[in-house]
Amino acid sequence: MELVFSAEEVMLGDTMSRFIEREYSFEARKRRLARPDGFCRDTWKALAGLGALAAASPAEAGGFGAGAMGTLIIAQACGRGLVIEPYLATVVLGAGLLECAATPRHQPLLGRVLEGACLLAFAHSEPGSEDDLDALATRATETAAGFSLAGKKAFVIHGGAADTLIVSARTGGTTRDSQGVSLFLVDRQDPALQIRSYRTIDGLQAADIALNGVSVPRTALLGELGQAQPVIEHVIARANAALCAEATGAMQSLLERTVAYLRTRQQFGQPLARFQALQHRIADMAMHVEQARSMAYLAALQVDRADPAARERIVSAAKARICIAAAFVGKQAIQLHGGIGMTDALDVSHYFRRLTAITRTLGDEAFHLERFATATP
Amino acid sequence: MLLELAPDDRAFRDEVRTFLREDLDPALAKRVREHGRVSATELVQWQKILHKRGWFAPAWPAEWGGAAWPALRQYIFDEEYHAAAAPPVVSFGRDLLGPVLMKFGSDAQRQRYLPRILASDDWWCQGYSEPGAGSDLASLRTAAEIRGDHYLVNGQKTWTTLAQHANMMFCLVRTRTDGKKQEGISFILIDMATPGITVRPITLLDGEPEVNEVWFENVVVPVGNRVGDEGRGWTYAKHLLGHERTGIAGIGISKREIGYLKERAALATRRNRPLLQDREFRTRIARVEIELMALEMTNLRLLAAPPGGGPGWEVSMLKVRGTEIMQEISELQLEVAGCGGLEVDAPGTARTRGAAAARYLNLRKLSIFGGSNEIQRNIIAQQIVGG
Repeated sequence: MELVFSAEEVMLGDTMSRFIEREYSFEARKRRLARPDGFCRDTWKALAGLGALAAASPAEAGGFGAGAMGTLIIAQACGRGLVIEPYLATVVLGAGLLECAATPRHQPLLGRVLEGACLLAFAHSEPGSEDDLDALATRATETAAGFSLAGKKAFVIHGGAADTLIVSARTGGTTRDSQGVSLFLVDRQDPALQIRSYRTIDGLQAADIALNGVSVPRTALLGELGQAQPVIEHVIARANAALCAEATGAMQSLLERTVAYLRTRQQFGQPLARFQALQHRIADMAMHVEQARSMAYLAALQVDRADPAARERIVSAAKARICIAAAFVGKQAIQLHGGIGMTDALDVSHYFRRLTAITRTLGDEAFHLERFATATP
Repeated sequence: MLLELAPDDRAFRDEVRTFLREDLDPALAKRVREHGRVSATELVQWQKILHKRGWFAPAWPAEWGGAAWPALRQYIFDEEYHAAAAPPVVSFGRDLLGPVLMKFGSDAQRQRYLPRILASDDWWCQGYSEPGAGSDLASLRTAAEIRGDHYLVNGQKTWTTLAQHANMMFCLVRTRTDGKKQEGISFILIDMATPGITVRPITLLDGEPEVNEVWFENVVVPVGNRVGDEGRGWTYAKHLLGHERTGIAGIGISKREIGYLKERAALATRRNRPLLQDREFRTRIARVEIELMALEMTNLRLLAAPPGGGPGWEVSMLKVRGTEIMQEISELQLEVAGCGGLEVDAPGTARTRGAAAARYLNLRKLSIFGGSNEIQRNIIAQQIVGG
């Protein structure tokens, strides 16, 4: 057992911290948010230049082999800096699917993704499927040339900005079968796609996408025909682990900002930090942050090591605990800041919005609690 | 980072398991698991078995007969110990007095008392709290006036756990009334057989006389029984705070209790089906189980951190969260027992039907003793926010 960061992990963390400090002030973030995609492609290139995009991937895929702990370190930094570039969509989900599906002909694409030259998004969830990650109705029908895809996807994170979409669709079975699920690469410019992009409360962008008979060649198939479900589950588990890490970073920042505010803000002739009721609130926030951090570490340590059943159980435990912590820490940070915490001008409200979005993405507290309870003897 | 145990730690764990399987009386373990009563005699017998194996004092250095295990091994031992439902050690002598004697005691005190603690030949109780000095312990007033080669002790201690069985007490007394209140406190060792000591058991809400009032009337204590310097008792007593990092969260106990809770919940029925299948109840178990998973990781992270490498308030956090988890589990167990669990088992009999209620009631103490959870939150906040 070795529950301290290795020298390499510390180095990666330092690199990311320096980047966030130097490049990702709250003001600079605002300017990025105002761009058409809602983020900045140059920043994305810069992250690629630091090696952040390739950090987690194995060496044979062109990465640096830091694994899930590498993802945790990067995602935590993204949480601290409220990074809006598509790390989750393109790297954790997109590159993760390319890597796990392991089709040799798609290796060059993975290389371009890790260099920052191609953005990916995972079009998986569907209208009404948010509390049922296994539900899948979109169909892919075999044609002479390849496949024709039809169905509706909802809340595709960064779906409007991606160069290539990875679309899950049924090539067999019915709605909740684990067999018969396949993955396809689809050019986002395909005329048979109808994309409605919108901004979400956290400043990110998501898209609802209708696939109206999208034709793709056979080579667009990612992985084995009909065998994608285990790959999807694994990559979604990784994404949830990354969300846990990102939330931990955001909570840590909120705690620090709240403590700083209580030290400076004077009422009744003394700093707010002197009031015991508020001190105890800080103690409770800090304990939530530590518990959340522990679960984020546990998820990262196990997401690629445990067998699928244990992995899902641990990741659900982590996500449920992070949701509880994020709600408490987020709400208390605003409460303790008072009116100023409500304003758009202060970063506190932005952290709160991102945390709120994280608790609704890829399964909420109730969903993961129930999944954990059912999976635990 | 790596979560898996190294091969030699796994071998150690197996060794502990084997010992517990072979040397722990299964009937006693069953009683511990089912919240039955364990007598003082049985406890001492068990502690002597541990001593014979050389495992009574996992954290003590080898020169004083301890196992001198590194923190992770102590943690593994603790986990296996409680998984096997071995009775919790009465640890005042081992965990509280022992380390103080090692650091601040005289050679004579160490040579006399440490081996007797190790062999459970003495039963030590802790004389800290007083009627007017609980969370504000430094306000204590029990007076020790010097009279040549001895002190004359007068005053009263309270909430003294299991003093009725103790033959020795380590005690904080006031040797000076002027100046800063912390600086007038001394640390002395008192033979409970000394004339002038009266022990009065206090019956608690679960019907058990677990704690006592201890009265001192002109009790003669040799000056040689003072540990360290006069007036530095507060420093000695505080020396331990923040050092106990393996057992304070009670992870091993809570893990066992969750297992027992589920076992009972599967047998209990509500509205004609097992309570364990009730979605709401199952979710409540899941919450506390996840909290425990998180606290275990927090604890393990802390053990792995170099000394002083953590945030500084982690021990307070382990106490707060660990006790909250135990209380929550006991509440769920009470719910499983239903109204049948309200029956009071007669004192001195084996506890059966009323066990869950007795435990639920008894565990209210967890958030009060050892520095109340409010005091712990003060400590956490003061270290984060600053004074």
